[in-house]
Amino acid sequence: MKPLTLNFRSKAAQTLGDDQVQQSLEHVYTGFYQARLNAAADTPNWEEMRTKGKAIKDHTIAHLDHYLDTLSEKVEQNGGTVFFAENAEEARQYITKLAKASKIETVIKAKSMVSEEMSLTENLIDSGFEAVETDLGEYIIQLAGETPYHLIAPAVHKSRKDVAELLDNNFVDGDRVPDATELTMLAREKLRDVFARADMSVTGVNFAVAESGSIVLVTNEGNGRMTTSVPRIHVAVMGMEKIVPSIQDLSTMLRILIRSATGQRISTYVTMINGPKTPEEEEGPDEFHLVIMNNGREKLLRDPQLRESLNCIRCGACLNACPVYRKVGGHAYGWVYPGPIGAIVTPVLTGLKDASNLPSASSLCGACHEVCPVKINIPRMLLELRYRTAEGSTDPKERTSTFMERAIWKIWRVGMMGRRRFDWGAHIAYLLMRPISSNGWIKKAPPPISGWTLSRDFPLIARKSLKSRLNRRRKKTFYD
Amino acid sequence: MSVPLNNNLGTKSVTLFATCMVDQMAPSIGESTVEVLEYLGLQVNFVQEQTCCGQPAFNTGFRSESLPVAQRWLEIFEKVNGPIIVPSGSCAAMVRNFYYDLFKHDRNLVERTRILSERLYEFTEFIDRFFGCDAIVGTCKERATYHKCCHLKREIGIDDQPLQMLTNIEGLDMIPLNRDDVCCGFGGAFSVKMPDISAAILDEKLDNIESTQAGMVVAADTGCIYQIQGGLRRRGSPVQVVHIAEILSESIQNTKSGRVVG
Repeated sequence: MKPLTLNFRSKAAQTLGDDQVQQSLEHVYTGFYQARLNAAADTPNWEEMRTKGKAIKDHTIAHLDHYLDTLSEKVEQNGGTVFFAENAEEARQYITKLAKASKIETVIKAKSMVSEEMSLTENLIDSGFEAVETDLGEYIIQLAGETPYHLIAPAVHKSRKDVAELLDNNFVDGDRVPDATELTMLAREKLRDVFARADMSVTGVNFAVAESGSIVLVTNEGNGRMTTSVPRIHVAVMGMEKIVPSIQDLSTMLRILIRSATGQRISTYVTMINGPKTPEEEEGPDEFHLVIMNNGREKLLRDPQLRESLNCIRCGACLNACPVYRKVGGHAYGWVYPGPIGAIVTPVLTGLKDASNLPSASSLCGACHEVCPVKINIPRMLLELRYRTAEGSTDPKERTSTFMERAIWKIWRVGMMGRRRFDWGAHIAYLLMRPISSNGWIKKAPPPISGWTLSRDFPLIARKSLKSRLNRRRKKTFYD
Repeated sequence: MSVPLNNNLGTKSVTLFATCMVDQMAPSIGESTVEVLEYLGLQVNFVQEQTCCGQPAFNTGFRSESLPVAQRWLEIFEKVNGPIIVPSGSCAAMVRNFYYDLFKHDRNLVERTRILSERLYEFTEFIDRFFGCDAIVGTCKERATYHKCCHLKREIGIDDQPLQMLTNIEGLDMIPLNRDDVCCGFGGAFSVKMPDISAAILDEKLDNIESTQAGMVVAADTGCIYQIQGGLRRRGSPVQVVHIAEILSESIQNTKSGRVVG
């Protein structure tokens, strides 16, 4: 997918002005966020489980080469084929070639964010295949010609009416809007035929278990299971970090993933696949391919300050908790991964130069860190990326801070390095601000704080600092 | 005026780290902090040389500008003994959590940060830890609501304790705030760099505040206080936003003078 990170500000502004999308985004908090909160409260050893989850991921990422080797061996022992794709282009080509060689006509897809990195569905269609998303949200997004809005709820920004219009060609504005069940039935009818004629499937991978060579899919609609059992070829695509060492580890990870994502104790379906069908089995695909993609992840792996972001299990909890995501929406982030985790991985995977607004778009409230099932310290990494953008990057093109910003912070530093300067600086600011203030507040301030007064009054600097007020108080007490 | 209290502090002398914002913009918050600490029987020392902990430049990524300011802060406060109290979760978090990143290339500074951090407390954290949430006895006739400031909750780990202190004040009617721990949208330079997003987050906070019909919002960090107060003023709302130290100090005074303010 072509990154559009440069448009963050304009896309954000557009979403802020869209009342219907703002209303839809409320569900992210009242639905997902609250459900996770309740699930965490109902789980007695929740914090312990998070700590364990973090330890598992830390360990796995630290020994990623080893576990990738083990996984690849096991998958091949189980009769599958493993392909390591250096980038999205290689992954795409592998899948397209396979489809052509196997004379495939229809490809059905289950949900996969990694496949979004490849713009796989679009590319398969461009190559002449029929390619259909089967996850309800993804199907809606495909009909709308958009990209996912949320890691686990791709169509969360669509209203029921939007969905009705997309699914039903005859839907007329003014008609009664069908309810969720009716809409789902409508999608189900349309998708049944596609399932029946599909000869290849592409799914994502929630976890790949190294010791057994299994891949695990967590879904609620059952389409994931159907996708992996009907067609004769199954291709699973994964980012190279989506690995756990053992089945035991998987058990921990599933518990924290599902509770963090939807608040369920377990999803309706947890599908474990150990390769193609064996001679004794009646059902399942004849061929199983696992595509393990790098696509820039190695940069994160080699970066001690940002490596922790590879621990992410894509539950979406940080999006639901984030006050910024809940206002600017998923498309503002301009690439596959939105929200706080996207603000870290997108700049590294697509280039910090164009994505420098992403780490800045945060109040550093820490809600993402608080809810993360594997305790990823997202604020810390946002600060690291801000540092690189401001002055720290070794690549001068990535240092996108303006001359004005650099000057302001130099002056600030000079002013803070001595008490007398600090008092003088504040007093000059007071004298400059006083004429434009009334009752201690300013309605319209000049740059660099003009942005503040667009929507808020700005407080006037105090006439006397705390230091001088306390000194006077002391003298008074002394002479009393 | 001080009430003798049992505490396990081992000293009567504490030092105030005012923060640059309280020092130059909201000195009354600093004075109230001193008054509450004195009420608890403590002697409050003010280091005249103090300016800023370095957080604003650090948060915007200008670490080379932040570094000397932070180092200066450390040197100044290392010179005093005993607990250091700061009426800001955000500035406490800067030193206790983020100095490690700022100083990561200098093991000596990291070690000194660790040692000093052990005696640096946010104001309500300090009261909770050494005196308890019921230590402050006061009166105040007011309908108020409490906003949980992000860094105090998530970086320092103080959640409901300030609310308990407020609930303990006689006559103070604390009305629950919907989504009390959702950010107000301040975020330092974020509020100026991306004012539209910051204001949208604030709007949600203001709606929740207004629906409580409280006459007062209590918070524990100056940045958040100005963000919320600035927004309320722009809406034409008469609701006042105060720092927890201010309302605690006023309540103590009210009890002392036998006054009940309406």
